[in-house]
Amino acid sequence: MSPETSAAAGHHQHHPALAHHFDSLSQQTEASTLGMWVFLVTEVLFFGGALMAYSIYRSWYPDAFAVASHELDITLGTTNTVVLILSSLTMALAVHAAQLNERGKLMMFLAVTMILGATFLGIKTVEYYTKFVEHHVPGPSFQFEPEYFNHAQIFFSIYFVLTGLHALHMIIGLGIMTWMFIWVKNGVIDRDYVSPIEISGLYWHFVDIVWIFLFPLLYLIGRHVGAH
Amino acid sequence: MASHVDALYFFLIGLTAFFSMLIAGTIVFYAVKFRRRSPDSVGARIEGGLVLELTWSIIPFFIVLFIFGWGARVFFAMSRPPEETLNVYVVGKQWMWKFQHLNGQREINELHVPVGRAVKLIMTSEDVIHDVFVPAFRVKADVIPGRYTHLWFQPTKPGRYHLFCAEYCGTKHSGMVGQVVVQEPDEYEAWLATGRAEGSLASAGGKLFQDLACNTCHRPDAQGRGPILQGLYGKTITLASGERQVVDEAYLRESILNPGEKVTQGFQPVMPAYQGLVTEDGVLQLIEYVKSLQSGALTAPLRPATGGPAAGETRPARGNEVR
Amino acid sequence: MSSSTTLLPPRHYLNNGYGIKSWLLTRDHKRIALLYLAGVTFFFFLGGAFAVMIRLELATPAGDLMTDDTYNKMFTMHGVMMVFFFLIPAIPGVLGNFFIPIMIGAKDLAFPKLNLASWYIFMIGAAFTTYAVVTGGLDTGWTFYTPFSTASSTSAVVPAALGIFINGFSGILTGLNFIVTIHRMRAPGMTWFRLPLFVWSHYATSLIMVLGTPVLAITIVLVAAERIFSFGIFDPTRGGDPVLFQHLFWFYSHPAVYIMVLPAMGVISELIAAFCRKQVFGYTFVAFASLGIAILGFLVWGHHMFVAGQSVYAALIFSILSFLVAIPSAVKVFNWTATMYKGSISWETPMLYAIGFIGLFTIGGLTGLFLAAVGLDIHVTDTYFIVAHFHYIMVGGTIMAYLGGLHYWWPKIAGRTYNELLAKVSAAIIFFGFNLTFFPQFIVGYLGMPRRYHTYPPEFQVLNVLSSAGASILGIGYLLPMCYLAWSLRYGKLAGSNPWGAVGLEWTTTSPPPTDNFTETPVVTWDAYEYPTRVEGHVA
Repeated sequence: MSPETSAAAGHHQHHPALAHHFDSLSQQTEASTLGMWVFLVTEVLFFGGALMAYSIYRSWYPDAFAVASHELDITLGTTNTVVLILSSLTMALAVHAAQLNERGKLMMFLAVTMILGATFLGIKTVEYYTKFVEHHVPGPSFQFEPEYFNHAQIFFSIYFVLTGLHALHMIIGLGIMTWMFIWVKNGVIDRDYVSPIEISGLYWHFVDIVWIFLFPLLYLIGRHVGAH
Repeated sequence: MASHVDALYFFLIGLTAFFSMLIAGTIVFYAVKFRRRSPDSVGARIEGGLVLELTWSIIPFFIVLFIFGWGARVFFAMSRPPEETLNVYVVGKQWMWKFQHLNGQREINELHVPVGRAVKLIMTSEDVIHDVFVPAFRVKADVIPGRYTHLWFQPTKPGRYHLFCAEYCGTKHSGMVGQVVVQEPDEYEAWLATGRAEGSLASAGGKLFQDLACNTCHRPDAQGRGPILQGLYGKTITLASGERQVVDEAYLRESILNPGEKVTQGFQPVMPAYQGLVTEDGVLQLIEYVKSLQSGALTAPLRPATGGPAAGETRPARGNEVR
Repeated sequence: MSSSTTLLPPRHYLNNGYGIKSWLLTRDHKRIALLYLAGVTFFFFLGGAFAVMIRLELATPAGDLMTDDTYNKMFTMHGVMMVFFFLIPAIPGVLGNFFIPIMIGAKDLAFPKLNLASWYIFMIGAAFTTYAVVTGGLDTGWTFYTPFSTASSTSAVVPAALGIFINGFSGILTGLNFIVTIHRMRAPGMTWFRLPLFVWSHYATSLIMVLGTPVLAITIVLVAAERIFSFGIFDPTRGGDPVLFQHLFWFYSHPAVYIMVLPAMGVISELIAAFCRKQVFGYTFVAFASLGIAILGFLVWGHHMFVAGQSVYAALIFSILSFLVAIPSAVKVFNWTATMYKGSISWETPMLYAIGFIGLFTIGGLTGLFLAAVGLDIHVTDTYFIVAHFHYIMVGGTIMAYLGGLHYWWPKIAGRTYNELLAKVSAAIIFFGFNLTFFPQFIVGYLGMPRRYHTYPPEFQVLNVLSSAGASILGIGYLLPMCYLAWSLRYGKLAGSNPWGAVGLEWTTTSPPPTDNFTETPVVTWDAYEYPTRVEGHVA
């Protein structure tokens, strides 16, 4: 548990990325990795609150939720899911390239991840626009069949909160990728200092996992084989 | 009920006083006995004692278990009104209380009840969350929009008692106060008889039933597109989803305002939602009307001019006392 | 240990760089702690000003000092300022930030830049909320219940909520920083069970901050979305459930009260050990009690909702769990008392605050038993009994611990001591004023006076007058330390590295400490409160 002492860490040359309050790069890496995991736990709780609200209302209003869910575009949703899973793959490949010190590949995979992420956001924008045009945004302009008018608003309220927050996290993720890209380009990342890429990868995978939950819960209600 | 609550309260005061003084006394005693006698002296090397730790964990555990049990008993009694209660409907709104007696008598901010009978308040809010609190009876319950909540009490002494709103609700939260007026039974009957000529809640509900065209689908025979309402209140039915549902006030309210989700099995989901088309007062009237529908009868009887129970009122209850 | 001819060390964290930039862009956890000190002190007095207005109004039954709306804003803003901008950040932000790295033998926290960011986020969040306060105010109560906050209030709900949301990140990041620091930055030989209890309690607090605060964040997002976009999640006319808000809100806000009290308990462990010069009795039990409180604290939120229309069975489960969470707190009180047995007890100001804490926290905690008993809670919830209960713990507990810690570590932080007589007198004034303010509130609450009331029936006046009188005394008591502590910065006697003769890594370094805390990384071979047979060389 106790950190390495300075004596063991090659004290003649401190890696330029080593912060002065750490004794060694490995202590620094362990600390930043633990920090990212703790942060991801907070994100689980954050989305968890909204998912709790979703669960409760879906158990109360199953029919309205199913009908409202069918108004979402399953093709676009599935495409987005595939895009995001692919981006997690390219992110993992980026981390792998970083660990092998393959700078060119690392930059390429980071760029592809960003392009896929931007694609996701683009498709999401199309979906949001469609919802706006179809008057499915809750509030004064909302229109829906009278039988499910109120409860469908609850579905869409939660839909927009969940996917909106998810999209916000993706935008932040794109920002982080850009920052990493610049660091790789400027040589800050090298064979001894790959942890920023790794923890960025952790964050990106988490954002992907959130979507893996959101997609079936929001898009796939009552669409199983055999359902009407 | 009040005395039961007070008994627990005073027991806990005693417990608190005992433990506070025990700790405080011990501290003062040690402070004197073990005061530092020279600037460099240190305390003895004592790390702890398992026996002591277990003792002062286990004994408090049993003490709190005991308090929990006592509090739970008092709570059960408060949550279970007797079988027969005198019901009054309460609608809270910013910043006043509307009380509706079953015979049609309405009050604002004042509630007349007879001494010695169990009274049940069935309450809802028209806007934000309020709370009915009668300190003298030691009862309190939130009043929530979109739902019915209940509380019950049995007054034992005539008099006037404060009624407060105890859930912050905006500007005149502290002005949303009233009185519970507990009267001797004959005074109460006399007061009740000065009720408005408009008739009971149930009869007002009957009128609304027709005005809103409920009767076109809910007929007393099998011809209607909606379920028969005669004798329905209190029964357990099966919904379209297969679930079982008790027909209580909450279900009736939901069925009027937003019928789509809990349709009775065997019927089509064609009933329009009356949300926005009927007030909370109206919903209460309709509920009382439905409650009054016995199998075979078409309308609720009006309250007779001289004494006697009206539709919805019940015989005096037995049960716990309030004071 | 220090020499008896005390000198300030030539270079220390306070003179290591001058100018506003060296403070606003610092990464030194000690300077960041002082930035927090400035911030929380300001918000404490702002929140206190609102309290003064409340007690002035409540001295008479009629609403003659201000309008209903203004009064509603007063108690709301008092609660918001005190809870979010003082009680939650004060001990972790000031004392935790300053001393956790030193107590574990590290040079700084794991993420110094993040620490500075936490302070800025705190100040930005506070700025939003203060903006809301000055441009019309907030009148929802600090609890923001729906549908009042979403559909009925016309006050600055969204800016205030946004401020609290932003401030939440400050707490999350501080908690994250503490957790990683305590796991990864301990000096050689500093095992978990050699850590001071102050560190254990901040670790437990950080777990709560990290797990609970995000739920508050999402709850605020939902309320804001409802207000801004007219979403309907809590709107009963559209099938939403206003009580769902209460569940989400209290799921955070109950653990939040443990965020407010666990660091205080950590301070008390340090004070008792130091002023009895003795190992804390039952160290392991006290350490695990902190974790126990953190865990159980997440399971009891429903006790705020006993009258909100929950099922009987839910109420009973929350009741029994609420009783259970009292037990680890009781264990701590017993252990602190037992520590005094055969101690070498001295009565300087920090010890006065510690003993005050034990007494008042015991009373406040025992009144929690009243509330956990459902049958009794029905009567006293939403009355002044509740107000008294939480003020006994938050003010009689947390604030006294904060002041005690501030006085105990002031010589280390500032390098100078304060006037002991003035300090003792202030402590006595605070103790007396506090009890006069809040004890009558237990009584008037049981008699039926609801909380958040602007006007009240005349029969409650006497108790209210007593309470208001106490408040004025309490206010004076709080102003005094501001004065003499500030004065001591310039004119106080130099402290030396260990003025109390206490054991702890912080007392082995200079007062004030150097920027890197130690000249050499310590190697720890002793337990947390291992007092030698005699303490040598401290300045008495």
